[in-house]
Amino acid sequence: MMRLLASLLMGVMVLGSMAMAQSGPLRIEITDGVVEPLPYAVPEFVAESSGANQLAADLSRVIAEDLSGTGLFREIPEKAHISQITNFSSPVQFADWKAINAQALITGAVSVSGNNLEVKFRVYDVFAGQELGNGLRFKGTTDGWRRMAHKVADAVYSRITGEGGYFDSRVVFVSETGPKNDRRKRLAIMDYDGAGLQYLTDSNAIVLAPRFSPTGDKVLYTSYETGFPRVFVLDVGNVQRKVLQDQEGTMSFAPRFAPDGKSVVMSITQNGNTDIFSMPINGGNPRRLTSSPAIDTAPSFSPDGKQIVFESDRSGNQQLYVMSANGGEPKRISFGQGRYGTPVWSPRGDLIAFTKQNKGRFHIGVMRADGSEERLLTASFLDEGPTWAPNGRVIMFTRETQGADGSAALYSVDVSGRNLKKVRVQGGASDPAWSPLQ
Amino acid sequence: MSSFTKVALLLAGLALAGCDNSGVFGLDDTLGNDAATEANYEQGSVDDPTSVAHFQQVVGDRVLFTVDQSDLTEDGKLVLLSQANWLLENSAYNAVIEGHADEQGTREYNLALGARRASAVKEFLVSRGIAGTRLRTVSYGKERPIEVCSAEACYAQNRRAVTILQADLSG
Repeated sequence: MMRLLASLLMGVMVLGSMAMAQSGPLRIEITDGVVEPLPYAVPEFVAESSGANQLAADLSRVIAEDLSGTGLFREIPEKAHISQITNFSSPVQFADWKAINAQALITGAVSVSGNNLEVKFRVYDVFAGQELGNGLRFKGTTDGWRRMAHKVADAVYSRITGEGGYFDSRVVFVSETGPKNDRRKRLAIMDYDGAGLQYLTDSNAIVLAPRFSPTGDKVLYTSYETGFPRVFVLDVGNVQRKVLQDQEGTMSFAPRFAPDGKSVVMSITQNGNTDIFSMPINGGNPRRLTSSPAIDTAPSFSPDGKQIVFESDRSGNQQLYVMSANGGEPKRISFGQGRYGTPVWSPRGDLIAFTKQNKGRFHIGVMRADGSEERLLTASFLDEGPTWAPNGRVIMFTRETQGADGSAALYSVDVSGRNLKKVRVQGGASDPAWSPLQ
Repeated sequence: MSSFTKVALLLAGLALAGCDNSGVFGLDDTLGNDAATEANYEQGSVDDPTSVAHFQQVVGDRVLFTVDQSDLTEDGKLVLLSQANWLLENSAYNAVIEGHADEQGTREYNLALGARRASAVKEFLVSRGIAGTRLRTVSYGKERPIEVCSAEACYAQNRRAVTILQADLSG
């Protein structure tokens, strides 16, 4: 019932309509397209072993940040709680949580033994007075505690919304330092929430637009290491990299993996003309997919691997086209005002996110794969390069501010257009790519 | 950097305006050929017609483009004629032509647009007799602006193709 209601809720949010049943235990009211976030409580997890107190507190906080960060949930602060959870196994006093209008309650326990960490949790539907799903237990090591917190939050999110989670994921991006006319760029990777930043390259050569492999273990990107833009592939584990395409007299960029991880699409420029090519990830000759005198670039596969969406200025300015993964005659799907670029197919397959330029402003938007139901989610001096959260509910992108002191930052926005926020990253950041769920 | 570029462009324009036949080094007619061979200039300085500095500042090492275009302007063609003449006279140099775009555009598109601009310059130089093997092209898209304001005055300077000389070490 709750799951059903929750999926209804997500459906309603996408449509931006108002109707929402008042029946059922978990209730979210939508008024004029504004969602009333679902109130929940996550009392500090119970420390079941000595030395687990700090981790118990930290885990509870990360779980709350994950959930509240979606904009779909609102935490009831601990100081408002009437009951305390001191024993993970004791019955929950639902009346105490009802009294503070907590619709969902998350309880948990943490125990530490050496480097081993064990986390248990339960989710309760307070107004129904019952547990939502079964309790779960995660085991791992203490240094992986943040991932464990994200896994708990993913499970809670999934149970309440009926959707897949996205908290246990990473983002690869371009870290930027220095002034606008001497910008230094290097590849970096971090958790989706900005924690655990690591650099993958130095800043000796310009690097652009990294993209994860379907399993998240490899990254494609463009580097000027050879003096010319070329597509490289990098192993995230050992940080070894190799050039993928290095034909003399060409440049290559805008790479992206096929969903099977075995081949790559990219743009290759020869004699000033840019077309789309496909090649095996292990090397070999690029195979031509487009052949027009236009700029054909930014290819992205449909999740089933059968189609490719890309941008082309063959009509006179940038527009979006869909073609078979084997090439062939493309079909134009964008027809609104302005220019459309950097299309990215949603992991759910239903939507295509894009960058739109119109009347001197930049937007991140989405449309259905057939080009219908276009919606713009953002507007600014310069927004570009959307990437999808693994569950297809959230989009991250680059926002650059204008002027001599302009700099780039990562932002995320719900596919509904709500909950626009800056991602916590130290320094400048651009070209994010969201990993699959880990 | 801005005023520097403008001076260079101005000089290049004057040099062209001063002599209809685009006399390659005809910046100062009173100098004459004999005087030039006696090297009344410091070698490698901007007055040395065979110097990189001369190419950059007198001949003019760059051409500008209008918004979202890669067609050469009439002004641009004049600069490229001088570049072609210089490259014919100074065959020890090869060149890399860098194409650039302003910040108004998506990253990938601007990379491709910069490539179009660099290629337009290369094609022009080849059409004036420069061997294609002496010229390479590269695009920086919007990655290397020289002017940093977010206004047309800066964008106009950033929409450029720059011919970078490289001494040919192969011969």
